[in-house]
Amino acid sequence: MRPGSGTVLVLALLAGLAAAGLARAQDAAPQACEVPSYLLSTESTLPKVAEAVKNARPLTVLVVGSRSSTILSSENSAYPARLQAALKEKLPSTPINLSVELHTGKTAEEVDAGLVKLVEAKRPTLVIWQTGTVDAMRSVDPDDFRGAVDEGVAALQNAGADVVLVNLQYSPRTETMISAPPYLDNMRVVAQQHNVPLFDRFAIMRHWNDAGDFDLFSTFHGTDMAKRVHACLGRALSKFVLDAARLDQAQQN
Amino acid sequence: MSSIADPVAGTPRSDAKASDAKAAAASSAPAIAFPVAGERELRLDLFRGMALWLIFIDHLPTNILTWFTIRNYGFSDATEIFIFISGYTAAFVYGRAMLEAGFVVATARIMRRVWQIYVAHVFLFTIFLAEISYVATRFENPLYSEEMGIMDFLKQPDVTIVQALLLRFRPVNMDVLPLYIVLMLFLPVILWLMKWRADVALGLSVLLYALTWHFDWYLTAYPSGFWIFNPFCWQLLFVFGAWCALGGAQRMSRILSSPVTMWICITYLVAAFFVTLTWHIPQLSFLMPKRIEQWMYPITKTDLDVLRFAHFLALAALTVRFLPKDWSGLKSRWLRPLILCGQHSLEIFCLGVFLAFAGHFVLAEVGGGALTHALVSLAGILIMWGMAWVISWYKHSADKGASKTKSTAINADMAGGSA
Repeated sequence: MRPGSGTVLVLALLAGLAAAGLARAQDAAPQACEVPSYLLSTESTLPKVAEAVKNARPLTVLVVGSRSSTILSSENSAYPARLQAALKEKLPSTPINLSVELHTGKTAEEVDAGLVKLVEAKRPTLVIWQTGTVDAMRSVDPDDFRGAVDEGVAALQNAGADVVLVNLQYSPRTETMISAPPYLDNMRVVAQQHNVPLFDRFAIMRHWNDAGDFDLFSTFHGTDMAKRVHACLGRALSKFVLDAARLDQAQQN
Repeated sequence: MSSIADPVAGTPRSDAKASDAKAAAASSAPAIAFPVAGERELRLDLFRGMALWLIFIDHLPTNILTWFTIRNYGFSDATEIFIFISGYTAAFVYGRAMLEAGFVVATARIMRRVWQIYVAHVFLFTIFLAEISYVATRFENPLYSEEMGIMDFLKQPDVTIVQALLLRFRPVNMDVLPLYIVLMLFLPVILWLMKWRADVALGLSVLLYALTWHFDWYLTAYPSGFWIFNPFCWQLLFVFGAWCALGGAQRMSRILSSPVTMWICITYLVAAFFVTLTWHIPQLSFLMPKRIEQWMYPITKTDLDVLRFAHFLALAALTVRFLPKDWSGLKSRWLRPLILCGQHSLEIFCLGVFLAFAGHFVLAEVGGGALTHALVSLAGILIMWGMAWVISWYKHSADKGASKTKSTAINADMAGGSA
């Protein structure tokens, strides 16, 4: 390649990029955020949740997570609150008590220590454990991470709760800085071993980004987009939980 | 993936002849396994060039071109190819230096190479710092307030930069060069052992690999964690490459040409392909027996899982079998860009890492649909090709007057730079 043709090439490329950027800015699509069904189906079940709902007992949900389980200063728009709202809507006869325990900046191993106490205090039917982000950021040894999640899930199950694991967010801006794959893989392994449903937040968000539902590369500063993403996540998670508890059909029929 | 099945040129240097090979080399050098200066093994260049392109594409966000990378079709990926060929070529070039000029001179040359790789790594780190600092100040999406915490290291540059110089702090995608540096540091010892007893060297390498798995050895990184590519494990590929270069390939040629080997390789590759298929199409995962899943996963890249290593071996064996050394396609214009890139691997590797950063940046700033993603990947590959062309132009035209010692320049290319 001669220097001249190189310049032409770069210019052409930039023009193409600019055109693509403009095209994107124009089509502000409505918030569909469909999730393909394979991302929401799971072989694992939530028997305790199913039992509680069938016997019309209150459903106590505990969300254990790090900072990506909330939106700073608008907690009621974050996915746990949205999940609660969606569950209430779909299970009108079941009282839903949902509480959130945030462990900001703690690795799975550090969260482990308090899990059992937490479960004894709250007696949840279902624990939704969002983890992996802090471990990935601190690049904890993936084997240690797997061990920690493994122990945590076992402890939760022994304490008599159903468990759903929630993995990392898809964060394209920090992809060059945080290596997510080992942590995603290990969470999948633990979920398989304990027969626990894994809510694949990463794949779902990436699907939205690829499908054009959300521009997750956006430098937008307000909380608006975060709220919309969390609303979609909450709704998807409610579907996932009901599907895993095999409750969806029962309710609709 | 290289001349595994073929003799290179001349007779292979057998172990017993190691001591008098030096004397022979001093006079006419027919007794050693290395080809005459100037004769290039183009397959090495071809596959190293391919590995460089694939590594670049794998470092970019997923796009159409990602589907052409081999990691989607099996366990191993371009990193294995790169490290193996690096071991092969390094042993080839510096092994000859050790025979001709002795241990001290060869070591000195290797150390100079290590220094070049180190400087390249630090240079890339600087670019990375610039990118991160920019993103940290511009990007404040509350959705990612947690993930942005990764930028916190910018608050204490005194520690971070020193740790980076010590190779302990490495951003994502900047793990290959530190691994390469460590492997090259130990190359003099490896070559010295190989010269004495090649099989013992390989055996020790396997032993180290096994012990590492057993005792879970690793190198720590900063601020926490470990080296993404565990050098204690990855050395196996590097040493194996060196062993192949120094006559091992020749001795394996009978195994490699047997149909039994071929069918084992094909079966394994097909099985691996099926397993990877269940990753991409989760609907298929019900076909995977749970017991096999539990035994097999996770397939760790950090410690170079045996399944990955075997996958690479199978690929290499088939490649060597079906792509002869004198295949006319190697001279064709269409493979020229790949071969050119493979001939200047250090420069093109660094350029690829930089272009991956730049590509992320463009995608983030301009926004990216599938088309833009593919365009960025293609543009990156074209730039890599252009740069390789410019470098070889420098070597063959611009610098021609300066150095008449053309043979050294060619040998150096084999190791991916100046020796």
